[in-house]
Amino acid sequence: MMSLRPRAARLPLLFLFAAVAILPVHAQIASPDDPASASVIPQSALLQPEQLNRELQQHSPLLILQVGSKVLFQEAHIPGAAYAGPASRPDGLAALRARVEPLPRSQPIVIYCGCCPWDRCPNIGTAWRLLHRMGFTHVRALYLANNFGANWVALGYRVESSQ
Amino acid sequence: MSNLPNNRDRLPRCRCAAAALLLVLALSMAIPAHAQPAPSLVHRPAPEFALPDLQQHPVDLAALRGKVVLLNFWATWCGPCRLEMPRFVDWQKQYGPQGLQIVGVSIDDSAAPVRPFVQKLHVNYPILMGDAHLNERYGGVFGVPVTFLIDRQGIVRARIDGGVDLPALEKQIRQLLTAR
Repeated sequence: MMSLRPRAARLPLLFLFAAVAILPVHAQIASPDDPASASVIPQSALLQPEQLNRELQQHSPLLILQVGSKVLFQEAHIPGAAYAGPASRPDGLAALRARVEPLPRSQPIVIYCGCCPWDRCPNIGTAWRLLHRMGFTHVRALYLANNFGANWVALGYRVESSQ
Repeated sequence: MSNLPNNRDRLPRCRCAAAALLLVLALSMAIPAHAQPAPSLVHRPAPEFALPDLQQHPVDLAALRGKVVLLNFWATWCGPCRLEMPRFVDWQKQYGPQGLQIVGVSIDDSAAPVRPFVQKLHVNYPILMGDAHLNERYGGVFGVPVTFLIDRQGIVRARIDGGVDLPALEKQIRQLLTAR
């Protein structure tokens, strides 16, 4: 006579089947270019505003890319920074890829956005993930907790405008 | 024999407490409590502008004198902006007849993503495409959302950096609408 397994013992199997069924659907939804949150950036890759300001004062050769809004960039940006486009949009991400493609993968790069609070920024995590996937090994993301105004301009750090 | 510590024992503890107090004071002075990106426009006349909306209709701030104006700088990719805009649509419907006029200024790089977004949200107030010059005239808009509340006389009554406290702002709007 066939013995039936107790109901409780079958539960883990049910969960396993459900997980296997959901996995491909989820993989299809999350495209590699979907906006990523800032939480994908490891703590070790964060750069504090005061540290970047010190490095700028020491004239460290840095490639600084703004990966957010063009209007905000034109209004005020970190001296020497270049505009790379909003990484949350496909055209912005393509512009960033084109900008860094010819560079050696050991090139030190600083990216920043500051369009909105760090944990809600759609650009910075997406930009960092692209550079990481392209093989860049020295990428740092400027940690702007609230936005560029509150965490850079209001602290009296230098800005340039490109109007 | 008394169990109370003598004065010599107490001294290092006092020094530690004083040092901690000084450190806290120094830190509180070093960190601005409410960092404002630029000198405040509050209680000053709102800088005038005349720009076309997405349908190319001119929107002239001077022509809105006599109305309470909620001027909202936003972008399609901005999470907090997307959260508050449906409430602005409700307010325009509810308070428009009493003299509220909401005006949105998008800082997106182009109007292309703005048009479908505005249609999807059934935005019932004019949306303009902003630029760095307008941002500067409004005291620096270095992140979004930033919202200005302007009274019927054209005076800026509030600047809110970041997502608004919706109930508090609605209360302020109602006060300005009833003040003649």
